[in-house]
Amino acid sequence: MMPNNFVPSEFIVNVDHQRCRRCKRCILNCGFGVFDFQNMTTADSSKCVACHRCVIFCPEEAITITRNPLAFKEHASWDVRLRKAIWKQAQTPGMILTGMGNELPWLNIFDHLLIDACQVTNPSIDPLREPMELRTYLGRKPEKVSVSNSNDGFEIETPVENNIKIDIPIIFSGMSYGSISLNAQRALAIAAERLGTLMNTGEGGLHNELYPYANNIIVQCASGRFGVHTEYLNAGVAVEIKIGQGAKPGIGGHLPGEKIEREISGTRMIPVGTDAISPAPHHDIYSIEDLRQLIYALKEATGYKPVSVKIATVHNVAAIASGIARAGADIIYLDGFRGGTGASPAIVRDHVGIPIEIAIAVVDKQLRKEGIRNLVSIVAAGGIRQAADVAKAIALGADAVGIGTAALIALGCRLCQKCYTGNCSWGIATQRPELTGRLDPDWGAERLVNLVNSWATELKEILGALGVNAIESLRGNRERLRALGLDSTTMEILDVKPAGR
Amino acid sequence: MAELAVDSSNEQSIARIEASGMHYQEINEKVRSLIEQGYLRIVLEGVNGQRYIGDGLTSNVDIVVNGVPGNDLGAFMNGPNIFVNDNAQDAVGNTMNAGKIVIRGHAGDVIGYGMRGGKIFVSGDVGYRVGIHMKSYADQIPVIVSGGRAGDFFGEYMAGGILVLLGIGYENKEVVGTYVGTGMHGGTMYIRGDLKDWQLGREVRVFSIDDEDKGVLLALMEEFSDDTTVDVGNLEISDFLKLKPFSHRPYGDLYVY
Repeated sequence: MMPNNFVPSEFIVNVDHQRCRRCKRCILNCGFGVFDFQNMTTADSSKCVACHRCVIFCPEEAITITRNPLAFKEHASWDVRLRKAIWKQAQTPGMILTGMGNELPWLNIFDHLLIDACQVTNPSIDPLREPMELRTYLGRKPEKVSVSNSNDGFEIETPVENNIKIDIPIIFSGMSYGSISLNAQRALAIAAERLGTLMNTGEGGLHNELYPYANNIIVQCASGRFGVHTEYLNAGVAVEIKIGQGAKPGIGGHLPGEKIEREISGTRMIPVGTDAISPAPHHDIYSIEDLRQLIYALKEATGYKPVSVKIATVHNVAAIASGIARAGADIIYLDGFRGGTGASPAIVRDHVGIPIEIAIAVVDKQLRKEGIRNLVSIVAAGGIRQAADVAKAIALGADAVGIGTAALIALGCRLCQKCYTGNCSWGIATQRPELTGRLDPDWGAERLVNLVNSWATELKEILGALGVNAIESLRGNRERLRALGLDSTTMEILDVKPAGR
Repeated sequence: MAELAVDSSNEQSIARIEASGMHYQEINEKVRSLIEQGYLRIVLEGVNGQRYIGDGLTSNVDIVVNGVPGNDLGAFMNGPNIFVNDNAQDAVGNTMNAGKIVIRGHAGDVIGYGMRGGKIFVSGDVGYRVGIHMKSYADQIPVIVSGGRAGDFFGEYMAGGILVLLGIGYENKEVVGTYVGTGMHGGTMYIRGDLKDWQLGREVRVFSIDDEDKGVLLALMEEFSDDTTVDVGNLEISDFLKLKPFSHRPYGDLYVY
């Protein structure tokens, strides 16, 4: 008889029966059904994804999870990951589906950029004593500003288009209700309100319960047009046209029918059990002119709220961004090839697109060259992991950054990359009521607020060290970055000097 | 082509805008302001290519367009009735939620994209990519009826609603292009005329008309005829084909976990 499954378990689950008090919490907590109880706790390691939910919730610390030590014959070309993929695809034809961001060890440019600091000749600033400005305005800025004297001092004569004020140059990336749970979205919305920043609905519509947070929400209009109606479009502070996503540039999305339960069906406005198919392109956008048409259709429908256009960073990103700016967008949201997803074919996630660092640099440079940088704000996302990345992204030319994966990790995500199964034991990427109920939105919001405030403090510290007192002074200031271990062409593209020069 | 009849007994509630040469932003501002003032019918004269007429309006107002409106007529619209006494261009009723758009003429490409409710009646032909990703939800069932023929990708990705192609004047000719219903996973199409296998997307199947379909078609044709003045009296229900998708989950087996 031929074996069905050639792929050995990735992890081994070990229950210490000396310690186990048979409370069965592990059985309740595991969303993947690893544990069972037959006189004693048993574990099916083949189902384990190393999400650690059982480990954290075991009161006796009786559970350990280890990597399966099974040896594979070393081969530099035939990586074990590749062999496993072939075994799976030889068994069932289809694309290998995965979740979260690019997992391949590509060069991470952020990790090869160093930030400057002041010493002796140009004093640094102590952010503990002096005000440090992180406030950022997203949207179109006038080319120049004329002011006139008035009784109260002066008045700005130039008409300024709608801008969105955010207190921190960090916003939450679009993650739809469907890909993540309503409780996860609630946590993001509460946190965005408390932080004075924004969350983004993603393509799943806006659940009724989130309307009270609308002043801190960007609503998305993507190719599937799910849940898009006038009330929705007018609810948020801006509308985002999603063209592409860093984890899956150029392809659409399929939220499987199994996940379209009653609440999601109501929010997306499609019947229960139907696949939610987002076509790869918007079928009304085949050109920059068509994009302009949709941008202005949305502006007309919303009384001229700012419109953001989200694209995955691809080879020609600078020219595309120029077109987007000229098409009338107020914000360009660049999603780098490390950006996360709830579900993407691994082949696309891991091999398509370019890094966000390069994209920020070339887009900023191109828009400046064309004299249209003021027309749009640039939000950079897809691989922002820490405050240093925020500072570097802004120094390369971004106005603000978007964080998705980092926010989910704050909520408990272990990066097991199984979001597409809907079994998330942390209640984040699931719609199973017994799992979503685990994520307390207020607890989640608290953690998100802590995380972003920590990064804000770190950013202020970096700015102080740089001797500037506003994030504005770092924006596009590549002179304050140096490269270490990058090739000369990449440095030329980034417009960053090597360390020591 | 007769101009739409205006109920003269209620003349006070009718407003006219001379739209010739006017920017679309100004037209829409005027329309919104007239709606606020309580006008029930707004007649736009001399329209010539202005986009976004009726965009995002939520009201039960009637808007009569004399002239050719530009792209995105009634985009994101949620309630009004728009009557066009001429041809229309692309993207009529884009992501429309409720209301009705009647075109007494031909209409361009991408009509009713992502449409979720309401009706679009086009007396003549429609272009490419019509009814893409139309979807129904609860009691909202979007409907597009075209009196003539349609181009390629008719009803692509269709997830709900009803698409009707009457094919008047195209007897014994092709009434629709290729890739009909590609990726379709909900809703129904009724096409009067012959369909070859090569015209169909892989996700649809052809059915004959049953009594329930007959009722739906007759009611829609009568309403269509009333609104567009197109004579549908001699159309045989038995000449229609019905198209439905194989599955609500066309791409369910595309992936390995």
